[in-house]
Amino acid sequence: MNLTQLSLPEQAIFVLAALVLLVSFILLSQTRLTAAIHAFAWQGALVAVVAALVGWVGADAHLYLSAGLTLALKALLIPWMLHRLVRRLDMDAEREALVHPALVALTGTLLVVFAYWLVLPLERLAVTDTRNLLAISLATVLMGFWMLVVRAQAVAQVLGFMSIENGLFLGAVAATRGMPLVVELGVAFDVLVAMILFGVFFFQIRESIDSLDTDRLDRLAETEEEA
Amino acid sequence: MPAILAPILALLSAAGALAGARGLRLLGFPLFGLAGLAAILSGLGHLLDPTPWSLVLPMGLPWLHWHLRLDTLGGVLFLLIGLVTLAVALYGPGYVREFEHGRSRPEALALFGGLFLAGMLLVVLADDAFAFMVAWELMSLSSYFLVTYRHDQAANRRAGFLYLLMAHIGGLSILLGFAVLAAFAGGFDFAAMRAAEVPLAWRTIAFSLAFLGFGMKAGLVPLHAWLPEAHPVAPSHVSALMSGVMLKVAVYGFVRMTFDLVGGVHWGWGVAVLITGSVSALLGVLYALMQHDLKRLLAYHSVENIGIVFIGLGLALVFFGTGHPVLGALGLVAALYHTLNHALFKALLFLGAGAVLHATHERDMEHMGGLLKAMPWTGGFFLVGCIAIAALPPFNGFVSEWLTFQAALQAWVLDSGVLRVLLPVSAAMLALTGALAAACFVKVYGVAFLGLPRGRHVRKAREVGLGMRLGQGLLALACLAFGILPTVVAGLLAGVPRQLMGTGLPEAGAQGWLWLTPISPATASYAAPLVVLGLALAWAIAALWLRRGEVREVSRCEPWDCGFSRPGPGMQYTATAFAQPIRRVFGMLFQIDEGMRGEQGRQRFHLQVGDRFWGWLYLPVERLVNAAARRVTFLQAGRLRAYLGWSLGTLLVLLWVAA
Amino acid sequence: MQLALVVAGAPLLAGWVKSVKARLQNRRGPGPLQPYRDLRKLFMKQVLVADSASIVFRAAPYVVFTSTLLATAAVPLAVRDLPTAPVADIMVVVGLLALGRFFLALAGMDVGTAFGGMGASREMLISALAEPATLMAIFTLTMSAHSTNLSTVVGFQLTQGLVLHPSYLFALMGLVLVAVAETGRIPVDNPATHLELTMVHEAMILEYSGRHLALMEWAAWLKLTLYGVLIANVFFPWGIGETTDPGAFGIGLAVIVAKLALLGLALAVSETVLAKMRLFRVPQYLNLAFLFALLGMLSFLILEVAA
Repeated sequence: MNLTQLSLPEQAIFVLAALVLLVSFILLSQTRLTAAIHAFAWQGALVAVVAALVGWVGADAHLYLSAGLTLALKALLIPWMLHRLVRRLDMDAEREALVHPALVALTGTLLVVFAYWLVLPLERLAVTDTRNLLAISLATVLMGFWMLVVRAQAVAQVLGFMSIENGLFLGAVAATRGMPLVVELGVAFDVLVAMILFGVFFFQIRESIDSLDTDRLDRLAETEEEA
Repeated sequence: MPAILAPILALLSAAGALAGARGLRLLGFPLFGLAGLAAILSGLGHLLDPTPWSLVLPMGLPWLHWHLRLDTLGGVLFLLIGLVTLAVALYGPGYVREFEHGRSRPEALALFGGLFLAGMLLVVLADDAFAFMVAWELMSLSSYFLVTYRHDQAANRRAGFLYLLMAHIGGLSILLGFAVLAAFAGGFDFAAMRAAEVPLAWRTIAFSLAFLGFGMKAGLVPLHAWLPEAHPVAPSHVSALMSGVMLKVAVYGFVRMTFDLVGGVHWGWGVAVLITGSVSALLGVLYALMQHDLKRLLAYHSVENIGIVFIGLGLALVFFGTGHPVLGALGLVAALYHTLNHALFKALLFLGAGAVLHATHERDMEHMGGLLKAMPWTGGFFLVGCIAIAALPPFNGFVSEWLTFQAALQAWVLDSGVLRVLLPVSAAMLALTGALAAACFVKVYGVAFLGLPRGRHVRKAREVGLGMRLGQGLLALACLAFGILPTVVAGLLAGVPRQLMGTGLPEAGAQGWLWLTPISPATASYAAPLVVLGLALAWAIAALWLRRGEVREVSRCEPWDCGFSRPGPGMQYTATAFAQPIRRVFGMLFQIDEGMRGEQGRQRFHLQVGDRFWGWLYLPVERLVNAAARRVTFLQAGRLRAYLGWSLGTLLVLLWVAA
Repeated sequence: MQLALVVAGAPLLAGWVKSVKARLQNRRGPGPLQPYRDLRKLFMKQVLVADSASIVFRAAPYVVFTSTLLATAAVPLAVRDLPTAPVADIMVVVGLLALGRFFLALAGMDVGTAFGGMGASREMLISALAEPATLMAIFTLTMSAHSTNLSTVVGFQLTQGLVLHPSYLFALMGLVLVAVAETGRIPVDNPATHLELTMVHEAMILEYSGRHLALMEWAAWLKLTLYGVLIANVFFPWGIGETTDPGAFGIGLAVIVAKLALLGLALAVSETVLAKMRLFRVPQYLNLAFLFALLGMLSFLILEVAA
């Protein structure tokens, strides 16, 4: 595929998709919680714009709606909720140190290459440009997962989880021009409920182990008494 | 000129040992130099005229005479060996003069030096596996004796043993590789191996064995551990030969085996070589940065440069294996170019280090400083070597790295997406390596040759004799020539892939000798002579324009001291301090033991930076071997008849197997 | 001709950045022409050389200046088709700059004071870490243009018209970060500081005076201009003259001056709002630059190449 053969909005889709990936990297290495939440909000906004652009190019009206939904939910509502949570838990200034930031980021790039490699055989199935977008979205999902692994902080883990969801949505938009509206509404609702549940959980975790560092959850293990 | 002349002269120079303590100086080195000259001439001859020269010697096994052959690839090696040998021959007499009154006898140097040279030349000439292995072992064994020349020190004996051990494991691996090929070819001579049809699986096995064996000899990470131990302890002119030439013979063996004998390269091999090469290059330079023993540092740089050579070879394998022969040829030419270059500047640097050692009896850089004023010639030549090894234009190191980059940049022609990512990443590692090498040689030159003297010996240093300067000057001149005339050199080297793989570099010199255009003029071009001319012109204009007027003279004053006392030599940045930021950034790659020791009030800072591979690879292997050895100690009963019984049993089993 | 313009214009860019910065900080700084006055003054002054310095110290300013000069000669300024461009492609430009840096660091170590060694050590660390990022960004550019010749790259950009490349975006970000580090600007180094412990570039040239100092300073400004022109012309090539006739040249010149003025403005703003970072934060910063460049490479390979 040659970029020059595409129209300007289509090129813009690629640029934005690449930016989504960039935000994933920022999320991965951003140690300050509030900044990470901002980055996540930007990722949501970018995904929403991609969806809207895809809708515009393909003249798909219902994608506008999904885009609006994403924007409202992931770029505004959830970040706002997280912000409030963080403020109420007095963790505005909290930051966690990654052990090997360079190594974490490098593994991230390896994941991107891996995602690209996975998607390559799909060449004959799909149109090339959506395949490339699919690679990006898969990479975003994997990066979100990687973030869940390397971050010990509960709020950061939630961000990783949410960015997995962003990646999935991007993939859906890229591969099938969006899911049916009912499914999307359902997913959006799920995410919202999950967010509320997470909020409740945060307070619970904090009550029981006096920290949001999930590595300390092992205190709850029953073997501890024996040891 | 018949190529056999060079090894004969080398063997003759070994006979210099017969003439007593001064024989080395009066007879050995002149013959050494003649051998080098003969090698240069026959090597150049084969680069200009690609018809191979061959000869069957009535020696060796009754059913297998020694086959000798010199083709273009051998010609490159002959040229390289000859240049370094010639410089060493000029340099040697002055350097070994002090050994004549020492405890170690210089006869040994003459004998084993001659044998060593003859062994290397014969490895290149050999055209059957038997002759190759004999020459290979001759090279390894005689260099072992050179390493342990100063055997009165325990550390040298230990280094020599480690070297011998690893050389033998490597030799075994090479032997097995030949055995695989010979089994399919039905003969030991290379012509039969070339013609043999070997299935891919066995080809891969032969390649892996060759990679292991030659890689061990060349000092690739993680099999490099012997190199920084063995090279520094040999006398400096031998270090120059070992680092400059012997490693190149290992590279030659790898190229001969992989591209010529095994043939039908697979791109997967290239990936393995590429990754190993990149890791070697990066780790080599990082470990080098941590050293403050000058010769040890240079030895680690050999690991780095061999890594760069193998990056080029890996690129060549990848491109040949995926059906891009022109780019493969480019990779191969880049690798050979760097092989040649590294021989020149590494030999130059070792000779320079030897000159410093000769003048100051000091190998530790922390005691040097300000040597440029005492030894202006050596200092100047050493600077040339530093610029060349740091891959800066307009010297030769830059050209070969540039060619390697150009080859890596063509990654977009590949079909596989992962390969397309891998090649630029390894090129980025190469870039990091180059920049770190520059940092390292700023450290070396800045600490050893600039600034103020840090030690008593250094303050009394004097310039070395004419012969030693001539030897270094020859190599420095060659560095410059190979840097300014890259088109000529690349044109000559392109004969190697043309002969081995059937593809040269059609475009490299198409625009005349001024322009080096590896792929096409639109893709990339480099006009080294014009760059040099531009530098010289700009310099001349700037200097002339500034020197006019009345404020021409320069007056001397004390350096700025911030208003305190005059800065002394102890206030200078040391080599360790220079490398401190890099040590911190790449800390996890080293085994660092750092801290304060001693009682209150008399504390001293101590720092020990070790090679991680000792802990990761060598110590476990050592433990394993020890454990295995303990297991079999029950055989050592001490009774003679029991031993004889074991022997009989073995004989019976062998006969049973054979029957 | 073009070269002479760059050489003459380089101090102007440095002066422009300085005066804009002063304005932003509510100071009334020197005018943009101040560097010229400095140069004239320095050229008139007598040269003082420390008595512990060797020949390397005295040769270094010339080497640094000429190598930077030669590197500048290979970068197209106002017209695309530069006769000197084929002499040195972008890798050679990088190599020549490295040559200058090598001698700069050596000169720092030559006098034998602690400052010089400190500056040299830091400079080499920064440049070593910047190198892979530079190369990666360059790779991204040259792989899509299939050439490392700057004229060809710029020409390729022009013929392609306005295309949004995600890879270029990342390469641009990476290269900007590298350029800031390499030219010794805030937040990596501060060209205005003379506080000993924070100096990098200034520490190396501390012992210089007179025309030597003038050459060193001029080379530094030249390097800044070089990176500016590189970024401006490779990523935003529009307006550059296609032919060498005076009309196209004039337009190209006006456009590049405007572009450089804008870049200088951006630099001044960023220097005003950012603080210099600790030396051991610099690796993270350059790691980020490498990450950008690597992402550029990846998105080039993933999104833009036909598989």
